[in-house]
Amino acid sequence: MTSDLPAVHDTADEQPDIPGRPVMITARGLRKSYGTFEAVKGIDVEVRKGEAFGFLGPNGAGKSSTMRMIGAVSPITEGSLEILGMDPATDGSAIRARLGVCPQEDTLDNELSVAENLVVYGRYFGLSRAEASERAAELLSFVQLSEKAKAKVEDLSGGMKRRLTIARSLINNPDLLLLDEPTTGLDPQARHQLWDRLFRLKQQGVTLILTTHYMDEAEQLCDRLVVMDKGVIAAEGSPAELIVEHSTREVLELRFGVGDNESMADKVTDLADRVEVLPDRLLLYTQDGEAASNAVHDRGLNPVSSLVRRATLEDVFLRLTGRTLVD
Amino acid sequence: MTAPSSAAPRTRPDRSSAVRPGLSDLVPTMLPRLGDYWATVYRRTWRGSVITSFLMPFLYLTAMGVGLGSFVDKNSASDALGGVTYLAYIAPGLLATTAMQTAIGEATYPVMAGFKWQKFFFSMAATPLRVVDIVAGQIGFVVFRIGLTCAVFIGVLAAYGALDSAAGGVAALLVVILLGLAHATPMVAVTARMKSESGFSLVYRLGILPMVLFSGAFFPVSQLPAVVAWLAYLTPIWHGVELSRSLTLGTVSLWPAMGHLAYLLGLICVGWYFCVTGFAKRLSL
Repeated sequence: MTSDLPAVHDTADEQPDIPGRPVMITARGLRKSYGTFEAVKGIDVEVRKGEAFGFLGPNGAGKSSTMRMIGAVSPITEGSLEILGMDPATDGSAIRARLGVCPQEDTLDNELSVAENLVVYGRYFGLSRAEASERAAELLSFVQLSEKAKAKVEDLSGGMKRRLTIARSLINNPDLLLLDEPTTGLDPQARHQLWDRLFRLKQQGVTLILTTHYMDEAEQLCDRLVVMDKGVIAAEGSPAELIVEHSTREVLELRFGVGDNESMADKVTDLADRVEVLPDRLLLYTQDGEAASNAVHDRGLNPVSSLVRRATLEDVFLRLTGRTLVD
Repeated sequence: MTAPSSAAPRTRPDRSSAVRPGLSDLVPTMLPRLGDYWATVYRRTWRGSVITSFLMPFLYLTAMGVGLGSFVDKNSASDALGGVTYLAYIAPGLLATTAMQTAIGEATYPVMAGFKWQKFFFSMAATPLRVVDIVAGQIGFVVFRIGLTCAVFIGVLAAYGALDSAAGGVAALLVVILLGLAHATPMVAVTARMKSESGFSLVYRLGILPMVLFSGAFFPVSQLPAVVAWLAYLTPIWHGVELSRSLTLGTVSLWPAMGHLAYLLGLICVGWYFCVTGFAKRLSL
């Protein structure tokens, strides 16, 4: 049984560096309003072929609204958007023919079998019944659901449904795969299984655009990402660049008793480049966490726990917005 | 696959026109791609629809037409009915009300399911299918259900000898399909704009039930008080009942028939337009 994705157009290693590759998406001053509520407040984005591009941000940041505009289903309110060289307002159908969409909420047909879901969906793209069936079998093998081909969708686990949705989004050999919160609500094992499949797609040169509010997901999968908050882009870069630019290399986490964190912050501010006070802990941003930890103890301060770790995108987000990603 | 061109992106500050369809957006060219989906829907739901679509009309026809009919005919009321048996009189009425009820049944909960529960319209909208194709698939399925149900009904009528001619039966089938569409398209358009299904019971109780009773299916509308009669003339079901009755009894005359057809076709066109705009709005959020 092969687990490689069948029949993908190009392979990544033949392609020039990312800046030289064709542009898949260009957005300039892109806005989306629902009545008086402005969900997306003017963003500039460019995604090139073969990239894995992420929108990282908390719920309500405008990620899903952006994805629906890129998916050529939701008309833009203002600005400009070009997808695969076309205008979604006039060429929506032609654009959607070359996209794969994995929506945030599963829209699988619960009463059809696993295989039927794929075949029926393939027909929407104009595949013949034979082509759709053949492609469905290959994709079920790719997402490791071959044994479940005849099962009803309602009998699948959450992780299996997600994998089936991904298989469905690949039925037309898309040039661009849109994943809206692909692993939200999945258990850790199911998430890793899904990441593994997405990583294979990425290796085979499929352009991925995903939204997530998990910083580990963004770090694992994205070559480049934008941090979104309240409808605007707060920062852009590769995960490593963002961490270097907006955080120190290491973080010392200190937990004092409940209610003590705030008052302790004053006593350690000089030990780090920056101190963040969270309800349950203090974060000390420093190049050398171990040294800072020793200094804290030398002062006779005794935190309930102390931990030195590498800085992550979570710290970048906290720095940029003053808030945590998942709360 | 063509490489993406470098055409300059255009700025479109006003997108309010995006929901208003042009003429090309009203023709469902990709409809065949939805055939397999709706075939699977029929395969899994036909058992449940057998009783309501086939058995109920047959029971009504037997109870009202044969049972009540023998009583009515014995008391020689047939002058008011134009000299035909009560069975022959109400049969086209029952046919028309069956078409209407099938249409409304398919245009309410199943359409809401596509938006709210199973969300299949949203998964269709992410593909090359356009709004008009999605609408046409849904409406096409309603036509199929009405056509099948009414064809069986007309077969039963023929067996009871309540049909003037085979051609009249075929014409009546086409008419009640139009009648069903004249109800289905406005109802689908309304459902596409409804957040919750709680309004449907109101539609059935205050809309459909009175229309079944006072549409001229069971007695001539002229027997009603003038105000009620005029209300009845405004409903599409009355036009459908009149037209299908003239066809099954072989009493059709040109100009009234044209008037009824024009009314039904007009309603279908208006309904279709609002289906497309309603789906476009709901699917594009």
